[in-house]
Amino acid sequence: MDEVIKISQLTKNFHTDAGEVCVLKGVDITIKNGEFVAIMGPSGSGKSTFMNILGCLDKYTTGSYWLNGNDTRNLSKDALAFLRNSVIGFVFQGFNLLPRKNLIDNVALPLVYAGMPLDKRRKRAREVLKSVGLEAFGTYLPSQISGGQQQRVAIARALVNFPKLILADEPTGNLDTKTSQEIMQLFCDLNAKEGITIVLVTHEPDIATFAKRQITFVDGKIQHDSQQEQSV
Amino acid sequence: MNWAMLFEAWVAMGANRLRTFLTMLGMVIGVGAVIIMSAIGAGTQASVQQSIASMGSNLFIILAGSSTSGGVRMGSGGVQTLTVSDATAMEELDSLLATAPVSSGTAQMIYQSSNWNTQITGSTPSYFQVRDWRIESGYPFTDSDVRGATRVAVIGQTVAQNLFGDNDPVGKMIRIKQSPYIVVGVLGKKGQSLDGRDQDDTVIIPITTAQTKLFGSKFKGTVRFIMTQAVSEAMMDKAQQDMTQLLRQRHKLRESVEDDFTIRNLTALANTAQETTKAMSLMLAAIASISLLVGGIGIMNIMLVSVTERTREIGIRIAIGAKQANILMQFLLEALMISIMGCLIGVSVGVGGALIVHKVLSINVVITEGSIIVSFLVATGIGVFFGFYPAHKASNLEPIEALRYQ
Repeated sequence: MDEVIKISQLTKNFHTDAGEVCVLKGVDITIKNGEFVAIMGPSGSGKSTFMNILGCLDKYTTGSYWLNGNDTRNLSKDALAFLRNSVIGFVFQGFNLLPRKNLIDNVALPLVYAGMPLDKRRKRAREVLKSVGLEAFGTYLPSQISGGQQQRVAIARALVNFPKLILADEPTGNLDTKTSQEIMQLFCDLNAKEGITIVLVTHEPDIATFAKRQITFVDGKIQHDSQQEQSV
Repeated sequence: MNWAMLFEAWVAMGANRLRTFLTMLGMVIGVGAVIIMSAIGAGTQASVQQSIASMGSNLFIILAGSSTSGGVRMGSGGVQTLTVSDATAMEELDSLLATAPVSSGTAQMIYQSSNWNTQITGSTPSYFQVRDWRIESGYPFTDSDVRGATRVAVIGQTVAQNLFGDNDPVGKMIRIKQSPYIVVGVLGKKGQSLDGRDQDDTVIIPITTAQTKLFGSKFKGTVRFIMTQAVSEAMMDKAQQDMTQLLRQRHKLRESVEDDFTIRNLTALANTAQETTKAMSLMLAAIASISLLVGGIGIMNIMLVSVTERTREIGIRIAIGAKQANILMQFLLEALMISIMGCLIGVSVGVGGALIVHKVLSINVVITEGSIIVSFLVATGIGVFFGFYPAHKASNLEPIEALRYQ
């Protein structure tokens, strides 16, 4: 399957007290396997909403979204959960690690829901922790390590169940410049060596330059797509 | 469900120990109260049951009845209308198994240097059958003793204890009101009666001896009451009709005249007593159950707080692939674990408490397996019932809202 994400005429409305607010106004995009895409845009442009829809965390109003060959429109909550578990790895701005679990258990958590037995889970979690350079910290709690390290743990957690796609929502938003560079380098390596498709949202232009393809959202629409520019 | 999830629930419980403990305390008190209360209830019931069994089964007491003279109505026993020969005639009724006329009084009795005052019952050998009273040592007196009005006595345990101590009373001579009597038998132990009297504090002698030699009688042959036993419980009503008919006939009462005797159905009285204690123990258990309910509400309350507190965690779990059933199970297991552990502690508290009540207040308690099993099941049920709503709430959170929750 060549296309990981295939979206056409996607819209999203929010119901608010002030009435319907249209956040996404018809988005068309196809992301192929192995791409590295950065989504940029000003606040309120709909890029975060778009990201949540990509991650099957939020519903869209009209249009279609095919993820890894599955039409997501009519999928149940549990079927979406299965997709999130098996196809997608999430990296959040606020790391979102469980504070009471050590790093190994945090990394292994998606495998719990994948139904993998305990010893295999632990083994795989150690493996992935090692690949992000944190094998020595396995039994630490998230609060005992730095922000950059926490984001590495979060990336390890995203990688643990062999995802096709990693979605990163402002992954460097809480990090200093140097650590941000390191984290972005890690994403680049994953994309280059493992061939994992990566989509990240950022508002920092220099972070976006790590990606091979840049997309800019303005007012709920794609205003600029570097790939189309090349093809045109 | 697997061990990992149980462990997860265990860890979550340990995360806030004081809160978990306080929540659990609700269950502990609830289960403990149910067990203590039902132990007391069952104990009381057992005591009553024992008293009833000691009374004899399918019993009637016929009391010499109220008579009316010149418009003045006398109370029960006001006139002495029942006679020994009434009892003898009743023996012939098919619906009755045995009948014993009884006249009684109290007297001082002496054995060597000991003396004791007790109730003396004059009756026939049928009395032992009617009261279902076995003889522990020696023999009961016989019909020929009744005919001959011999001075023989069968004594109760309390009397034997007080007059003879550890010696065997059978064959010994005691004096009742200065006259010598031979102790021919000792009655088995009966314990307390329903109204709390010590049934073993009694001496039974032939009715003829009692009437002619001990107490005397204003009207020869009259008795205070007659005890009789129906053939079976089913025959109780028939027996009552037969007796009424027979006695009315014997007393030559015309249609319009009221009975000059009163028949009391002791089994009915016993049943009433039994019903009463049953109702009482049910009420105790019901009151205790309320605390169990309150404990359950406590669990629900804490689980709701816990779900709210951990909204973000739930969001993360959903984002990385937890299905609704996973989240539901996680919180349900936590609630269940709190209630089951609370229940286990509650059972030990309840059993311990019941034993302390027994020791300190010397109330008869019976701890039934039933009450333990039932309170366990109820506690588990409460855990599931009150845990379900918060767990359901957690599993239905929208992932995006849960993740944004601060």
